[in-house]
Amino acid sequence: MKKVITGNHAVSYGAQLARSQVIAAYPITPQTQIVELLSEFCASGKLNAKFIKVESEHSAMSACIAAAATGARTFTATSSQGLALMHEMLHWAAGARLPVVLANVNRAMGPGWSVWTDQNDSLSQRDLGWLQFYCESNQEVMDTVIQAFKIGEKVLLPVMVILDAFVLSHTSEPVDIPDQELVDRFLPLPPVNLPYKLDVEDPHAFGALTSPDHYYEIRFKIQKAQDEAVQVAKEVDEEFKNILGRGYGIVEPYRCDDAKLILVTSGTITGTARIVVDSERVKGRKVGLLKIRMFRPTPIKELREILPRAQKVVVIDRNISFGHSGVFCQEIKSALYGLPVQPTIFGFIIGIGGRDVTAQDIEEIVDYASKTEKPDSIILWRGVRL
Amino acid sequence: MKFEIPQKEYMYPGHVACPGCGGAYSMRMALKALGERTIIVIPACCWSIIDGPFPLHACKPPVFHTAFETAAIAASGIKAGLDIQGKTDITVMSWAGDGGTLDIGIQALSGAAERNDDFIYVCYDNEAYMNTGIQRSSATPWGAWTTTTPAETPKSEPKKNITEIMIAHRIPYAATTTLAYPDDMIRKFKKAKSIKGTKFIHIFAPCPTGWKMAPDLMVKICRLAVDSNVFPLYECEYGIHYTINHIPKKPIPVEEYLKPQGRFSHLTKAMIEHIQKSVNFEWELLKQRAGVS
Ligand SMILES: Cc1ncc(C[n+]2csc(CCOP(=O)(O)OP(=O)(O)O)c2C)c(N)n1
Ligand SMILES: [Mg+2]
Repeated sequence: MKKVITGNHAVSYGAQLARSQVIAAYPITPQTQIVELLSEFCASGKLNAKFIKVESEHSAMSACIAAAATGARTFTATSSQGLALMHEMLHWAAGARLPVVLANVNRAMGPGWSVWTDQNDSLSQRDLGWLQFYCESNQEVMDTVIQAFKIGEKVLLPVMVILDAFVLSHTSEPVDIPDQELVDRFLPLPPVNLPYKLDVEDPHAFGALTSPDHYYEIRFKIQKAQDEAVQVAKEVDEEFKNILGRGYGIVEPYRCDDAKLILVTSGTITGTARIVVDSERVKGRKVGLLKIRMFRPTPIKELREILPRAQKVVVIDRNISFGHSGVFCQEIKSALYGLPVQPTIFGFIIGIGGRDVTAQDIEEIVDYASKTEKPDSIILWRGVRL
Repeated sequence: MKFEIPQKEYMYPGHVACPGCGGAYSMRMALKALGERTIIVIPACCWSIIDGPFPLHACKPPVFHTAFETAAIAASGIKAGLDIQGKTDITVMSWAGDGGTLDIGIQALSGAAERNDDFIYVCYDNEAYMNTGIQRSSATPWGAWTTTTPAETPKSEPKKNITEIMIAHRIPYAATTTLAYPDDMIRKFKKAKSIKGTKFIHIFAPCPTGWKMAPDLMVKICRLAVDSNVFPLYECEYGIHYTINHIPKKPIPVEEYLKPQGRFSHLTKAMIEHIQKSVNFEWELLKQRAGVS
């Protein structure tokens, strides 16, 4: 059934179709409609879940972790300050190897108070063991939430599905909402099949004091699971395509084959960049685009395969790692390190705190990079008004 | 009246508590009352160590270790996860220290109590942060020495009354208990198990290490605390119906309770008098609430 819905409601439908069993969430702009619609689903019986109306995001994540440890399929959604408040427990979810799914609406961190989009909230949580997916459209948001459960439950890691504040969260687009029966064919029915769970018939202690003799290997295995997740995410996306007719890949190259310059984007800037690629092609410039959908684990192999086709790579970061540069740019440089042929990498920062990113901005970025042999600094700031 | 403590053990030797740990013995009693269809939640506290380091585990029921401030919400999450899977006969018990309850965990505890989530929350109160080396908590009594309230400037604030805070949430059951009265303790745990909703049990749990006293005095100190009215045994249903479970015929002076504990050794006569007065005052308040004259 096609319906015109916001990105936030796309998240709610995804969590409902995935048959979430325990939901614990706390309201924050611009995430609120996600939990409101899920509350309605629970109240009307459209979703058979326990919804714990917690008193904070820290508790939301703690409740999901504890419920997941019993084998229940768990879901939460948050944004910005809420995600930051969860931080301690985000570590716990990954360390405990529990496939909690979280939708984060990318919103800038205070102060000053901002409700508008940038990626600093989710990128501040990139090193914890969570998988991260950045979405371009409302359809992709819904589909990724459903996929996230399957991927997370296979590799036993939590998954964060990320959408831009307002540009997706509050913008309506046509979304194909699949029949429950199709989703059930794709995603096994809960409870989740965990190797160990909280069970009085098979009692264990979870998360006890762990000496250096054991802790190191537990972390080693998280990284192994992250490595494995690259292939799992591809396979799950394929299965999804076979059953539901849509797939996204972990990255999406667009007109990259003969490109001399490749733009690298994530989130909704991708949609704008796609238009610019087409218009640049009309002008005769060989520009391509690489959309990064899965950022943790980093699709290193794909980056190394695709990006060196061009002489120039232009990374667009709607975030800043203070004291260094844009996070995507850093990671792409690191992924390409050691290749015999190195493209020149331009790292642009743009759109922080939800400042609009227009097609004209991206055209000017492409124009600058095309005409400039080498960037004169590690960060190329776009549109700073001083 | 004869009372028998159930023989069956659900906590085994090999735990790593200090000698005379009130928190360890209290768990042993609690589990005797609750049985093995129980899941235990333990936030950061001495009990994160006592149950044993990985892969050891001293309690028979499953133990879920969780972050310091999450004892209550983890229980809510476990209960929800079990309920949605149809496993409705399992008792979930949070077992947290005074720091995890009165300080860092009070927000999540208040949230769970307001929702009346179905679990037993136990605060084993040793009146300081013992795991990290005897720092003051808001449960540390007035006048006590801790490593952050040195004897020159001992704790200058009275103990926070957590049981009354929980009672104010109008939860179905809140009670105080201690090991010197094992019949009282076992009865209260059984009662808590039989009630749906949030149950709060406040255990007075001496820490001989942190209180600078002989480990073999542990049970005696519990008895002195009750018999001096420092820690009255009472329970309250639905935030309204109070029962005082033990009314000392002639309360002993608080000095007898304070004397064996090194953490009070710096107290002057005037300070002891001050403590006596506030104990008397609190006792009268409690009697009023319970309608006892
Ligand atoms: C967020 C956080 N802050 C601080 C700590 C360090 N910490 C661990 S246990 C503890 C004190 C626990 O005191 P209490 O709850 O009274 O339990 P006890 O150790 O006395 O049994 C502290 C401060 C922690 N684990 N987590
Ligand atoms: Mg303590």
